[in-house]
Order: sequence, then structure tokens, then C-alpha cells
Amino acid sequence: MTSETRKTVGLVGLFDDPDSLMKAAEACRDAGFRKWDCHTPYPVHGLDRAMGMGPSPVPYVTITAGFIGIGVALLMQGWMDVIDYPIRIGGKPLWSWPAFVPICFELFVLFAAGSTLGAVLFMCRLGRFHSPLHDSGVMADITSSRFAIVLDAEDSKFSPQASEELLRKAGCTDVRPLVENTGEGEAH
Amino acid sequence: MSQEAAVLTAELKRLDDDILKPAESFPTARWAACITFTGMLAGVFGFCFLWTVFKGIGTWGNNNAVGWAWDITNFVFWIGIGHAGTLISAILHLLRQKWRTSIARFAEAMTLFAVICAMQFPLIHTGRPWLAWYWLLPLPNPNGIWVNFRSPLMWDVFAVSTYGTVSAMFWYIGLLPDLATLRDRATHGIRKVVYGILSLGWNGSNRAWSHYEKAYLLFAGLSTPLVLSVHSVVSFDFAVSIVPGWHTTIFPPYFVAGAIFSGFAMVATLVIILRKMFHLEHRITEDHLDVMNKVTIATSMMVGYAYLTEIFIAWYSGVAYERYAFMNRAMGPYAWAYWTMVTCNVVVPQLLWFRKIRRSVILLYPVVILINVGMWFERFVIIVTSLHRRSLPSAWDMFSPTWVDIGLFVGSIGLFLTLILLFCRFLPTVSVSESKAILPGAAPGGGHHD
Repeated sequence: MTSETRKTVGLVGLFDDPDSLMKAAEACRDAGFRKWDCHTPYPVHGLDRAMGMGPSPVPYVTITAGFIGIGVALLMQGWMDVIDYPIRIGGKPLWSWPAFVPICFELFVLFAAGSTLGAVLFMCRLGRFHSPLHDSGVMADITSSRFAIVLDAEDSKFSPQASEELLRKAGCTDVRPLVENTGEGEAH
Repeated sequence: MSQEAAVLTAELKRLDDDILKPAESFPTARWAACITFTGMLAGVFGFCFLWTVFKGIGTWGNNNAVGWAWDITNFVFWIGIGHAGTLISAILHLLRQKWRTSIARFAEAMTLFAVICAMQFPLIHTGRPWLAWYWLLPLPNPNGIWVNFRSPLMWDVFAVSTYGTVSAMFWYIGLLPDLATLRDRATHGIRKVVYGILSLGWNGSNRAWSHYEKAYLLFAGLSTPLVLSVHSVVSFDFAVSIVPGWHTTIFPPYFVAGAIFSGFAMVATLVIILRKMFHLEHRITEDHLDVMNKVTIATSMMVGYAYLTEIFIAWYSGVAYERYAFMNRAMGPYAWAYWTMVTCNVVVPQLLWFRKIRRSVILLYPVVILINVGMWFERFVIIVTSLHRRSLPSAWDMFSPTWVDIGLFVGSIGLFLTLILLFCRFLPTVSVSESKAILPGAAPGGGHHD
């Protein structure tokens, strides 16, 4: 085996019920942590507030994209059927805008939905398949039945001993270091 | 660990085991037998599709009078089936109906597969599907022409393709957390890789959950008007024309009610088998069937009301052609189809007033099957009886299906069921993360801490 350096990049505190997680999250929030997160098997309501998080900005993306969709629909239909290839049908005006409304609505929904999915993938940082947490072995507990707080070592408030103390004080009985394998040991 | 916490942990784990077991164990012989049969039916669909492509749509029973027949009947039938899925996943989510959790995932999958089946029919009806790209979509083409956006058929293309795309995205976003659970439970290398890629590295982070939940709500909010618009637009295909029997303003709400009616019947048809096959009786219970059947009876009444309104308006309009269209439906050569429709959609569902029938799988099954039949006949009646005797008697004709028509329809059922069976085998049929969130004790502050 080649030499391998294991660098501690954070701490994981594991809990067995959402109430203890909530209390610990409040403690971390009050201690002024910024680079940290809770990990749960299902969405726990009220945790956003316990973590001091603001509302998700996804709706702004959705509504903006929706209106862009309407604009695209109007430009597309107007240019194609009125300017580039005008055919008069049933003696009606070329710019018969009521007939263009259904497709405006459909493209509103299509653009809004597509960008919502895109925004979620981007904001949740999905597409990242490996991280110290993924590779730590607690991931299977998190997606099944346990609740975790992860404190990032890069946070200015982080210190291995004091942070562990903070989690334990908040009622966590299972605190583990989060390590990252670096150096030559990494497989290529 | 406190006692409550221990109970919760055990419950959460049991839920994983229960729901994910079918996706993690080796296929049963029963499943293999089923998919062999439905796969063969899907093969019939493929064969008839190719036959139509090589020989032309002259192999169908369509003629000069009846230009739309089984193809469009099947299209409207399948699109309608899909609507219950969106109703359950989106509208009931907005109405905070917690019972939807047990059937929402399955209903969404059903929507997606029904839309896939539906899309085949207009596509094959073009005769040359490989050219349909620029007939159906506004794409630059060598002829230098553009599609006509003033036509309801174009609105339909956009409505159905948007519906299919949005349903797929809604379904996938809902699956993400469960795919991550499957990934972390996987023991086999290939399963680890496949579920790993599909779950996109989901790690249950609360910051992710916050965006996810907001997005899920937005998807529900977008899907709700979408589902109402799709069948309205489908009904415009008929209502915007000037064919007697089609040209009526009642069509959009009438079609939407019919779609939800047929869709709920189809959900019940499939869920009854699913819960038995995968031992999910305690997750999808009689209570769920009961609530669904209440929606079915309500929409059956709406559909029956629409039938009466149509007849009344035909009489009240004083238009001879309009009156004839409805007289011909009820008493003409296709009267048997009309009365099959009325019996299956209005008379038979009255049985659902009885609580006993709503909650009994055995008594319920014939009812929902007959509703499926009735709703197929409704589209057949609307399309074929209106077209076969239009204003000019010299242009009248009768329609009868050929083996290719029958093969395409029966085959599409095979395609649909094959997709359903594959879904049941490889993905969780009930949303695991949503089910976890509504377990007793899963919400913070719910226990004795109050």
C-alpha cells in the first residue's frame, strides 16, 4: 500500500431522533457556525429555522424562467406565423394573438419547470458523487434512519476539541471525525 | 437512546425494508411470467407499428368519412389515464391530503407511461414518423415552411410534450432521496453504480431539502394548471372544429372530468394488483381505495351530467345537424357503443355509493375494469359517431377496425404494463422519504416533549 495521509476535514455528530438534532442545530447556530449542515433521511420541518436559514430562492428562478418562456413563445409564434411564413387562415388577422395563448401558457410551464429542476440540481450541488461525508460510512445511516450534524473544519469557529465538546453538550453521544484521504494514496 | 428514539429508528428501518424489498430481491416467478406476457403484447405493438410504417395507414380501418378512429381514441384514452397521476401527486399535495403519499409515486409513474403510450398514436398517425419532427415541432426544414400555431393540433403538440416532460421531471425529483437510499443499501457493484449515478450524490443535507421541498411545491403548483390545460387542449382538437357533436363549449371541463375519472379507475385497477403482488397491503390500505373511489364516483357524476347537457344543448340549439348527431349516437348504428359507454360510466359506478364495495377488492375490481372499458368507448363514440355521418349523407360511411388497429391498441396496453412492471421491479413504488416524514414521532416536537 502506498503512503496515505488522512486529513480531518470536519466532525459528524449523529442523533437518533429529530428533537435532539433540532436542539443541537440551535446550539451550533447560536455558536455562530457558518459552514455546517444537518443531514436527515426525510425533510424535518422547523429545522430551517433551527439552523438560521433563510427561505430558498428557487421560486425567483421559476417565475423568471416562466416569463422568459412566455416571451419566447410570443416571439416564436409571431416571427414564424406572422413575419417569416404568413398564411391567412379563415380571413383572420395574421397577428391573431388569442390563438397564441395556449402555447404561451405551455412554454411558461415548460420553462418554469425545467429551470426549477436545474436550480435544484445546482443549489443542492447535485452531481457531486464523492465527498468526505459520502465516503465516511455514515451516509447509509443518514439515508435510512439517523440524523447528523456536519461541522466543516474550514469554518472559523471550528476547533476539533471545542466543536466536539459543543456537540456533546448539545446531547450528541456519537461524534466522529470526518476524514479525507489525500496524497499519493489516492487511486487513479 | 430514549425509548421513543429507538421506536422511531426501528420504524424508519422497517419502512426501508418493506418498500424497497421488491427492488432489491431477485424477481419472483410470477413477475417474470407477467413481464413475459406483457412484453409479448408490447412486441405486437412494435410489429403493428412497423407494419403501418411499411404498408401505410391504409392498413387501418380509417376511411374518407372516418379520418380519425382508433388512433385518436387511443391517444385521448391514454392521455386521460395519465391525468389521475398528476391529480394525485400535484393537486392533492397542494390540498395537503396526506393519504396521497402511499399512491403518489405509483400514480406519477403511471402518468409518465400513459403519456408515452399516448404519444405513439399521433406519431404513427402521421404515417411517416421520422418526418414528424418538423411537422409537429417548429424546426427549420428544407421546405422552408413553419407549422401553423393557430391550429389546436399544434397546441396539442405543445401541451402533450410539455406534460410528458414536466411529469418526468416531477417524478425524478421525487425519486432522488429514495434513489440515494437504494444506493446506500446496495450490496452489488452494478446496483451501487447505477443508483449512485441516478441519485446524483444526494446526501440528505438540510440545505438541499430546503430547496427540494420548495421545488416540489413549485412543481405541484405548475402541474395543477398544466393537467387542467392538457385535456382542455386535447378537447380543443374537437371543439374548435365545426363538426356537429364536437363543436361544443362544454368539452374542456367535460374532458378533464372524464380524464380524472378514467385515471382513478386505472390507478385502482393497477394498485389492487400491485399491493397484492408486492405485499404492500398495509401501506396501500382499504382506506386509500375508499378515498379514491369517492373521487371516482364524484367524477362519474360529472361525466354523466356532461352527457345530459350535451343532449339538452343539441335539442335546445334547434340546429338540425346538431340534433341528428346525438340522435344518431343514441339510436344509430353505433348505439351499442353509446349505451356501453353510458352503462359503464354512469350506471355501474353508482355501485360505489356502497362503502362495502368501495373497500372490497373483489367487488371493486369488476367496477373499475368496466369504467376503463367505458371511458375507452366514450372517446370512440365522440370521435367515430360524429365523423361517420356528417352533414352530407352521400359522404357517410361506417368504420370497422382491422387487425392492425386492434394490434396497436392491445399492444399499447402491453407496452404500458411492461413499463409498469419494470418500474415496480427497479424503483420504490411508494415514496420512502415522504412516508418517513409522516410516521408518528417523525416530526420534531411531536412526542412527549410537548
